[in-house]
Amino acid sequence: MPQEMVFEKVVTILKPFVKAPDALAKVGMETTILGELKVNSARLVDVVLEIEDAFDIEVTDTEADKVSTVGDAVKLVMAKAKA
Amino acid sequence: MLTADEVLALIPQQRPFRFIDRLLALDEAKAVGEYTFRADESFYAGHFPGDPVTPGVILIETMCQTGLVALGIYLLGLEQPREEVAKTVTLFTDAAVEFERVVLPGQTVRVDAERVFWRRRKLKSNVTLSLADGTTVARGTVSGMGVRRAER
Repeated sequence: MPQEMVFEKVVTILKPFVKAPDALAKVGMETTILGELKVNSARLVDVVLEIEDAFDIEVTDTEADKVSTVGDAVKLVMAKAKA
Repeated sequence: MLTADEVLALIPQQRPFRFIDRLLALDEAKAVGEYTFRADESFYAGHFPGDPVTPGVILIETMCQTGLVALGIYLLGLEQPREEVAKTVTLFTDAAVEFERVVLPGQTVRVDAERVFWRRRKLKSNVTLSLADGTTVARGTVSGMGVRRAER
């Protein structure tokens, strides 16, 4: 799957959890999930599980801990999907 | 592995904010709890004066004490020693609940909770609250997260 499609899909998954619509309107690879999109940290597990289901991959807790930006999530999905 | 009695003993909520009398079933996938609302519960005086009805938020709390707190303690007890479990409290993170009936003073309710997921100390459960005759009062999905208590 091309990176643009993965990006769109990740953003769609994040959307219901985002508390900053302004940041979502200009979301990019560098946008931080907690800091800029204001996703509640208690909902991150929900996001990870939805990403796992959507892309049919498994993400370990250690891998999830390294994700800070939307781009981190996209790259993680791309690497996992390739594996 | 913690027994149902041990789990009950580890639930931090106490009267007047304790809404679980018994655990009828408890395993990795589900918890079933029961509670009888006493006629003298403090909130009935104001909700509503002369016409007491159990507040919906209390019913949500009742569902959470079985579906998140008790089940969460049991699941954490499978991974951590009892002393560690005792230092953890479950904080409410999110919920979607729908009500169908009211609960009056003196009525006994049953909570049937089924685990949706348990990961990184976050528990999400489908919960159904019903009366003794089986009538459904409320149902929904609730989530909570185990966090370590602040040292005092």
